[in-house]
Amino acid sequence: MFAFIVKRLISGVVVVALVSMAIFVLFWYGPSSPAQPICDRETSNRCTPERLEVYERTLGYQNPVWKEYGKFVKGVFVGREITIGATTYQCDAPCLGYSFRTKQPVTEEMIERMPATFSVAIGGAFLYLLLGVPIGVAAARRRGSLADKALVSSFLFISSVPYYLFALLMWLYLTVKFEIPFFAETGYFPFTDNPAKWFSGLFLAWLALGIFGCTQYTRFTRGAMVEALSEDYIRTAKAKGLPPRTVVYRHGLRAALVPIVTIFGIDFGTLLAGTIFTERIFDIQGIGWWGLQAVYGRDLPVVSATALFSAVVLIISNLIVDVIYSILDPRVRLS
Amino acid sequence: MTTAQTSATGTPSLRGEPILVVEDLSVTFPTEDGPITAVQDLTYTVEMGKTLGIVGESGSGKSVSSLAVLGLHDAKSSRITGSIRVGGTEVVGLSESQMRKLRGNRVSMIFQDALAALHPFYKIGGQLAEAYLVHHPDASKRDARRKAIEMLDRVGIPQPDRRVDDYPHQFSGGMRQRAMIAMGLINDPSLLIADEPTTALDVTVQAQILDLLQDLQREFDSAVIIITHDLGVIAEMADDVLVMYAGRCVEYGTTKEILTHPEMPYSWGLLSSIPDVSNETGGRLIPIPGNPPSLLSPPSGCAFHPRCAHRDKVPGDLCTEKLPQLTPASSGTAHIKRCHLANPDQVFRTEVLPMIAPDLAEEIR
Repeated sequence: MFAFIVKRLISGVVVVALVSMAIFVLFWYGPSSPAQPICDRETSNRCTPERLEVYERTLGYQNPVWKEYGKFVKGVFVGREITIGATTYQCDAPCLGYSFRTKQPVTEEMIERMPATFSVAIGGAFLYLLLGVPIGVAAARRRGSLADKALVSSFLFISSVPYYLFALLMWLYLTVKFEIPFFAETGYFPFTDNPAKWFSGLFLAWLALGIFGCTQYTRFTRGAMVEALSEDYIRTAKAKGLPPRTVVYRHGLRAALVPIVTIFGIDFGTLLAGTIFTERIFDIQGIGWWGLQAVYGRDLPVVSATALFSAVVLIISNLIVDVIYSILDPRVRLS
Repeated sequence: MTTAQTSATGTPSLRGEPILVVEDLSVTFPTEDGPITAVQDLTYTVEMGKTLGIVGESGSGKSVSSLAVLGLHDAKSSRITGSIRVGGTEVVGLSESQMRKLRGNRVSMIFQDALAALHPFYKIGGQLAEAYLVHHPDASKRDARRKAIEMLDRVGIPQPDRRVDDYPHQFSGGMRQRAMIAMGLINDPSLLIADEPTTALDVTVQAQILDLLQDLQREFDSAVIIITHDLGVIAEMADDVLVMYAGRCVEYGTTKEILTHPEMPYSWGLLSSIPDVSNETGGRLIPIPGNPPSLLSPPSGCAFHPRCAHRDKVPGDLCTEKLPQLTPASSGTAHIKRCHLANPDQVFRTEVLPMIAPDLAEEIR
């Protein structure tokens, strides 16, 4: 197990290195000079070729790409100095660059954004499971009944609506139209400042993510449970004289949990990497919101940092899924 | 044969009262294409310490009838009529909670393919302990574990105190079936139903498992129902045999009677299709022609008539039009068969036996 984790971490580092390289190279050879956005911004859209040349030179865009990538990597580990136009900034390790817009270290900004995104992700994912799994189990137990059919088709309806529309409608109705006080002020408020406000500010976002996401988990759980409940070992469990609850949960759900945990790990990773629609609609200033702003502002260091961040989060969540998988299924030996 | 031997089944033997009495049992599953009657008018008894073998092809109703004894058919998707009495308790119509007290306790069941029948995610010991604890709510987990180890030891698992913490996939096929048997016997049941317990195993292991079952039966003095399609297993294990075809009993009697004087062409077919590896005298392997009938629209009259080679010996269209009743065989009332043939014993001796065991036919002549 330990050797497996080490091996996976090493391969994860390799993947992150490749992703960072790809991002770096893609921006480097993009349609416009990578210095164009900062030049436009600093000169209020009056970027002359001469000015552009200054930015390109100070940002190192005239050097070979591998040399600059080397500088970037060095910055991640030991920090470096970054010169934008006439000003030089000291960027401490782990340095991911300086934001073109705010002139703040990207790493610091990212760390600032994380609690909001993590709050959204944890709450949303919690609701996925809390709603999706029990409903799915209940549907599987009553498979073929009217309630099951109604549930399956209504959930199909919800999940066929685009998520951004679903979330937007929730916000429009609950916050704007009906003015429900609890949902009045969405957004992220630090938990340490005011837990109640933190909760009410995020609750609508959790609800949107949870209701929308749980449809998928309900379908998935239902399918996995129907399959598990038709296995021979369920018949054995019944033949032992176990009560139905034990048969369904300890024997059935325990087996159905393995595929559920697998997709949950990936979904949770995706949520942690930033929920752009959710954060944008409910005005939660997390990683997704931050990345979106950076795209609008052509803030290259921030955009590449968010891309790198999602890669790291997904690799870690994949690794965790594999470890949990081996704990859940004793037949899986990690090597 | 002699009447002394056959009377053992007809009347309660010295070993005790019947533990299981099944009367006129029918099991019907309503489906979208119409009702499927998987078991019809089945009647049999099993006494303490005795073994009943139920034989038949796939879909003949042998497993369905046994699952009904445990009440394992979903009440919503099946209809069960008739009577099943376990030690005097009527099981048909018994409440689910009462039924649960019986399951795995007084009556337990072991299944074929122990790899699929054991939960892959729980340790063998845990699964055994669970079976013990559910019927011994006052026992501690430690007691249950000790009991599990003891049972694994009794079924011949080496180093049971260590293997108790293994998962099913860490056991060999034979050991898994032993563990399955240990689980079935952990609550000292009066009746053990073994549903094709050796089907998924290779031949040498099959013999070990059958020996084990016989030893344990003697030790626990429980009644056993062994479900199989293998007459070899029957010959070794069973005191009585019930031959099923298309949901009905077609022949029922002591093992010796059924194996030496079968009076129903389907039983002949089963006997003819046993491969004989030790005999080189030219005994032929004769498969039963055709396929098991559809239970959705079973053949008219005798369900076996489309596959029966002896239909022409019955006058008129009796076989296709009239369901034969279970009638006493020529050798005595303890052996019953469902066939229109007037002289089945003679047909067997002159036509069937020479084909499957020429030297034996010689002897009798």
